Amino acid sequence: MNLHKLTLREQLEGLKKNEFSSVELTSHYLERISKHDEELNSFITVTEEHALTHAKLADDRYKNNQSLPLDGLPIAHKDIFCTKGIKTTCGSKMLSDFEAPYSSTVYTKLDNMGMVMLGKTNMDEFAMGSSNETSYFGPVKNPWNKKYVPGGSSGGSASCVSAELAPIATATDTGGSIRQPASLCGLTGIKPTYGRVSRYGMIAFASSLDQGGVVARSAEDAALILEGMSGHDPKDSTSLKLEAPDLLKNLDKPIKGMKIGLPKEFFEKEMPEFVEKAIQDAIETYKHLGAEIVEVSLKNINLSLPIYYIIAPAECSANLSRYDGVRYGYRCEDPKDLEDLFMRTREEGFGSEVKRRILIGTYALSAGFYDAYYLKAQKCRQLVANDFSEAFKAVDVILSPTTPGTSFKAGEKSDDPIEMYLQDIFTIPANLAGLPGISIPCGENSGLPLGMQLVGNSLQEDKLLQFAHSYQMNTDWHKKMPNI
Amino acid sequence: MALSDQELKEIAYLARINIKEDSFSSLKKELEQILELFEELNEADTSEVAAMSHPLDLSQPTRKDEVTEENQREELLKNAPSVQSGLFLVPKVIEGEV
Amino acid sequence: MNENLKNWEAVIGLEIHVQLSTKSKLFSGASTSFGALPNTQACNIDLAMPGVLPVLNEEVLKMAIKLGKALNANINSPTSFARKNYFYPDSPKGYQISQMDNPIVETGYLDIETENGSKRIGVTRAHLEEDAGKSLHDDFEGQSGIDLNRAGTPLLEIVSEPEISTAEEAVAYLKSIHSIIRYLNISDGNMAEGSMRCDANVSVRKKGDTELGTRTETKNVNSFRFVEKAIQYEIERQVHELESGNKITQETRLYDSQKNTTRPMRSKEFANDYRYFPEPDLLPIILEKDFIQCILDDMPEMPNEKKERFVSQFSLSKYDADLLAADKDIANYFEEVVKISNSPKLSTNWIMGELSAELNNENLNIRDSKVSSEKLGQLILRIEDGTISGKIAKDIFEKMWVSGKEVDIIIKDEGLEQVTDNKEIESMIDEVIANNPEQLEQYRSGKDRLFGFFVGQVMKASQGKANPKQVNDILKSKLEK
Repeated sequence: MNLHKLTLREQLEGLKKNEFSSVELTSHYLERISKHDEELNSFITVTEEHALTHAKLADDRYKNNQSLPLDGLPIAHKDIFCTKGIKTTCGSKMLSDFEAPYSSTVYTKLDNMGMVMLGKTNMDEFAMGSSNETSYFGPVKNPWNKKYVPGGSSGGSASCVSAELAPIATATDTGGSIRQPASLCGLTGIKPTYGRVSRYGMIAFASSLDQGGVVARSAEDAALILEGMSGHDPKDSTSLKLEAPDLLKNLDKPIKGMKIGLPKEFFEKEMPEFVEKAIQDAIETYKHLGAEIVEVSLKNINLSLPIYYIIAPAECSANLSRYDGVRYGYRCEDPKDLEDLFMRTREEGFGSEVKRRILIGTYALSAGFYDAYYLKAQKCRQLVANDFSEAFKAVDVILSPTTPGTSFKAGEKSDDPIEMYLQDIFTIPANLAGLPGISIPCGENSGLPLGMQLVGNSLQEDKLLQFAHSYQMNTDWHKKMPNI
Repeated sequence: MALSDQELKEIAYLARINIKEDSFSSLKKELEQILELFEELNEADTSEVAAMSHPLDLSQPTRKDEVTEENQREELLKNAPSVQSGLFLVPKVIEGEV
Repeated sequence: MNENLKNWEAVIGLEIHVQLSTKSKLFSGASTSFGALPNTQACNIDLAMPGVLPVLNEEVLKMAIKLGKALNANINSPTSFARKNYFYPDSPKGYQISQMDNPIVETGYLDIETENGSKRIGVTRAHLEEDAGKSLHDDFEGQSGIDLNRAGTPLLEIVSEPEISTAEEAVAYLKSIHSIIRYLNISDGNMAEGSMRCDANVSVRKKGDTELGTRTETKNVNSFRFVEKAIQYEIERQVHELESGNKITQETRLYDSQKNTTRPMRSKEFANDYRYFPEPDLLPIILEKDFIQCILDDMPEMPNEKKERFVSQFSLSKYDADLLAADKDIANYFEEVVKISNSPKLSTNWIMGELSAELNNENLNIRDSKVSSEKLGQLILRIEDGTISGKIAKDIFEKMWVSGKEVDIIIKDEGLEQVTDNKEIESMIDEVIANNPEQLEQYRSGKDRLFGFFVGQVMKASQGKANPKQVNDILKSKLEK
């Protein structure tokens, strides 16, 4: 049986009905990983022993009628989530041997629901990058075409789900790191409202923007797991005091009469013909489903990129100061004094993109430039958030492309930071405003997939999933899988 | 936006990142390109806007004053590069340095 | 040099760090207790492990609000945290969570008493922040060992306006803050253990000048006495420099208590730039009116209020009232003594005199006094009702201190009641006069000084028990005859 072709819900049903065991399902994926991942490099650590032990425990619980809500379902975790006693590297040389002494809330929640971790997925170093080329553990390949990048920073998660080496994977999104790789790998990726998913144990890049989520093969799969990850966590002060939402409840409800906003600022931009066509087709599908299309204006949206590249580096410059070679992680050889310890540990332990961002952030916060850069960016951030609030008075969701195009060749943009940053031009605004966003496959070009993005108002993940699901019930872009 | 050599040296020191001489000028150029990007913000009128530090409009929660953490020194020091008698070892700290 | 000082005036501001006496840390559930084995009280949050997040201890808000009220200050709501960025091995995150804009306490004042009267000192702000760990330097072959047990312990930094003019005022201000935090029970204020630390910003200018001089910041001053000495030294040093035609460098200096000097700290190639920005892991704190009111309702009587009450209720001098009220334990002891003795003035004298001397001798806190407030009250009562003389009382006090016995038992056992019977005293005097005819003659021929000799002889004859006033009166009339 091709177990990896089953949806997550089908896999869960199969386990419940004892059509196959979790050990069988888990072994199936572990075999696929060992067969294909040498080439794809989507995992940093494969936790085979851990996975089989946990699968066995799940099977025992099924036998004893003590099964947990997601018992025995395999999952891959982005290597940004701390997992106790297991290597957690964040894609960096700095943490290449770091065994987390505690587990992240996301991992713990899913573990408590019975999910079986297959391994830790590759990622851009400290989640900084859009092509998964900045990882200390080497670049990840796009299963659709191995000369191409899978996107980033959650490139390992996207690559392994797309290649069906895992049925679903956790991911994180600071400026598009879930949605952009989902778009480039033909997956459904959702970043919930800021504060929905606990950041405790999720290694920080930019604290006011980071948010955990998933990459999945469908909105339905995503809903099932996102629900399990969500909910208030007293260990995270920025966690919303809300119970996990019921994300499956509205999934099948029709979207007839609901309103989709198209931001004119996005559509005024020149975009490749195939992108325009894919988006137009999607709009037609939604019209056909009874949705109303409305033009909206997000007049400050063009400021998003500079705002992001001030705020995210500023926060990261402080968040990454803890990597100093004193308490854990990489330490340079034979430091001659304290200063040398700090300066060389950080020179050698961080890759060039991380260092660039730390330096930019340090500059933006420094005495002479704080007002002109950081404070100005914070004010502009408010303008962008205000634009969204205004728009959501008139519409239910906002639709745009997720990425400016399909995937690009490895090495094509890695020498030009700005060119790389433009990858996230459509995704960054949702992070600035803390809003939920989802990318779903809606087309392809030259054998590479392409996604569209829906952004919802605060806490309306259910509505986004409902829109995505009804689209996926009427199209089959999401069902296309690469031939590996 | 031009960045002087001195400015780059200062921020590299503040960030405690050593920069090798042979990569100094290329890094400087890259940073300048990024700073160029920021110029766009000058056009935005923010005279009436408050700075946004958080995407959430909520008040900070608190916890009760209780000791909830037990001694986990063995576990927590396992990853340390250099340890002696339960202390993290570093090159000599010179007291009286600003 | 001292002569020249007269032409100059000093401008002093103090930054006082007070360690708050919470059970757990500011942002983690690790214990704050003092003296544990290295790094056994540093949890993953205190060690800044990747991915950890801070969660605020509610108690520190209550403590800060109480302090704000005691300093007649505003409580800011919202109040918020900021990151202060700097690298140091005892600062695990590479930044300290502190407050910049909207500190919890802002714009207050404190009235201090010195020999020159009262003075009001403005308090700019008091903000919450984390303490750092410690570096140990012994026995690691030229390396340092980092202990992060103290990292994350809550501190309140109290910043004064530069309105202090002398080292004496600085100490009075510091003592006043010390007294307040002890009254509020928010810190043990132990300077030797570092739970209260003081940095002094000092500059000098010619008298009459309006512009401020260049200031220095002196750190590492860990007792009241050293604060006074360090500031005095720094004032004199600056005056000396300026009078010699030199300039003052704006710098941080360290006080060396053994040499009684200050010296500049080594500075690095680039100036520090702390790059403060709002802490994104913590949201602004809204302090609800009810929450604040609840805390204010629970405020104890403060030193100044107590002082004023002592003046009006017990007719004490301002000076005495200030001395008593400065320490909560002494003030409580005093009130208990007065309750029994009914004599505020005499009670004050005894507490500040005999009792203080004994406590100092044995380095005891008044709470551990070997003579309880009740027993001292009874002793004073016996002086007041004439049972014993003040002189005998001192002997009895010594005995009480050693044996712990009650005053009445000692008086009874040793027969120490005062002799107040006129006839008894008269006969003692007659005997003394009869035994000293030479002195009598000399006295009567004008040697007034000899009066004291006769008093002494009578007291000796009575073994100190005769009422001195009666002895005086009767002796005078007999000698004049």
